[in-house]
Amino acid sequence: MSELPEIFRVLAFVGGIMALVGLNAAFSVWLERKVAGHIQRRIGPKEVGPFGIFQSLADGIKLMSKQLVVPAKADPVLYRLAPALTMITAVMVFVVIPFGPALVARDINIGLLLIFAIASVNVLALLMGGWGSNNKYAVISATRAVSQNVAYEVPMLITVVTMVMIAGSMNLNTIVGQQQNLLQWYIFPWNGSLLLPVSFLIFFVCAMAETNRAPFDLGEAESELVAGFHTEYGGMGFGLFFLGEYGHVFVGCALASILFLGGWQCPFGWLPGIHWLLLKTYLLVFVVMWVRWTYPRTTLYGLLNLSWKVLVPFSLAILVLTAAMLKVF
Amino acid sequence: MSGYFREVYDGCKSLLVGLGITFRYMIQPVVTLQYPRQAVKMAPRYRGHIDLIPDAEAESGNKCIACGMCQRNCPSGCITLKSEKPEGAKKKVLTGYRLDFTKCSLCGLCVESCPTNALDFSKEYNLAGLQAENFVFDLLKRCEERRR
Ligand code: SF4
Ligand code: SF4
Repeated sequence: MSELPEIFRVLAFVGGIMALVGLNAAFSVWLERKVAGHIQRRIGPKEVGPFGIFQSLADGIKLMSKQLVVPAKADPVLYRLAPALTMITAVMVFVVIPFGPALVARDINIGLLLIFAIASVNVLALLMGGWGSNNKYAVISATRAVSQNVAYEVPMLITVVTMVMIAGSMNLNTIVGQQQNLLQWYIFPWNGSLLLPVSFLIFFVCAMAETNRAPFDLGEAESELVAGFHTEYGGMGFGLFFLGEYGHVFVGCALASILFLGGWQCPFGWLPGIHWLLLKTYLLVFVVMWVRWTYPRTTLYGLLNLSWKVLVPFSLAILVLTAAMLKVF
Repeated sequence: MSGYFREVYDGCKSLLVGLGITFRYMIQPVVTLQYPRQAVKMAPRYRGHIDLIPDAEAESGNKCIACGMCQRNCPSGCITLKSEKPEGAKKKVLTGYRLDFTKCSLCGLCVESCPTNALDFSKEYNLAGLQAENFVFDLLKRCEERRR
């Protein structure tokens, strides 16, 4: 795509990414309902379109047709800005995700860093939404979301540092380029550090916690906090939070597959391309949903203990071990 | 220290066991029915509103002899019978059987007391209406319809 004038390239990618975020949310919502249904031995959506595939479209239309009600005494700016901000962060991180050898909006050499820089702004959006809606449940939920994000950012970044040390690059396309077939995937212990599978696990758990997914969904604990930070949001305000959440889930899973599972590379060397990335990502998205419908929500203490007492020490140990191994071999 | 690792190991293992269970459930066939299109067969002792049993042998189409036992026994007074004795006939003939289901407590005294076993409970459960009149049934008419 490099021969196109820059402006067309930008427009094409903006359109493509927006479409991907929308379609991803629609597909994820549908998949989530199907997975939840079958785990509970129900069918899940089946009325709207074949296998209920258009259910999310119907939901989207419903959300868009609803009136936007701003609660009295809500902060007029923060309340309106928050849903847009989660959406913006969700869309922006897509800019550096390599979907194929040349299919990346901006191939910059600190892509990995950029993703974490932008994705962590998301928690600010939750805080703004919770604070701005003048609702005590929303505030409690927002503070929980912040403490959770701070706790899980640490082991996640340590794990990422480990990966950067092994790959020797922060450019996501370079990292993918190094994992040409199944045996070179960074999830396997012979590719740099003995504990790489554990690293993958830590990364995945952190990604789940960062996106506030069950069993770490303390931010929106329905049984305690109504709906958490988006209690006061209706219509498309809520819809944007939802789109953003699924966007972040997609990014987390895509990043896990890029760092550990070879991204757009085929495990057997055939036809590398976007389909492999989507396949791997949606497999991980499925696992995220499977986990959600298996475990009950943790407590706040359980959640923070898991991070500070298990994930952080383990990720630090892996970091040290990896550094030693890289030095010796 | 070994207790710590033990805990982490046991924790991971129990989580995996949990995932295994839900996965097994996921690939098993679904157990729910798609209600308006499919429905479960009602249990034999389900009590819907009472019904006159159609009887092919009887001339009138049911076994009722218009004795009025059901009407007299009903604690809520739901049943209103109409009967007449045609010229020259020996027995009374039932001409109307009206059940006011809004008051029925499904106690079954009418069914129990009927000397000819002309009554039973229907399996009707899709009952919804906007007015109380929607729950007043003409059982004689229902019986005729069911016979056809
Ligand atoms: S079931 Fe009981 S309340 Fe209902 S009609 Fe029969 S006798 Fe009356
Ligand atoms: S008790 Fe039986 S036979 Fe007598 S009137 Fe009632 S339904 Fe008819």
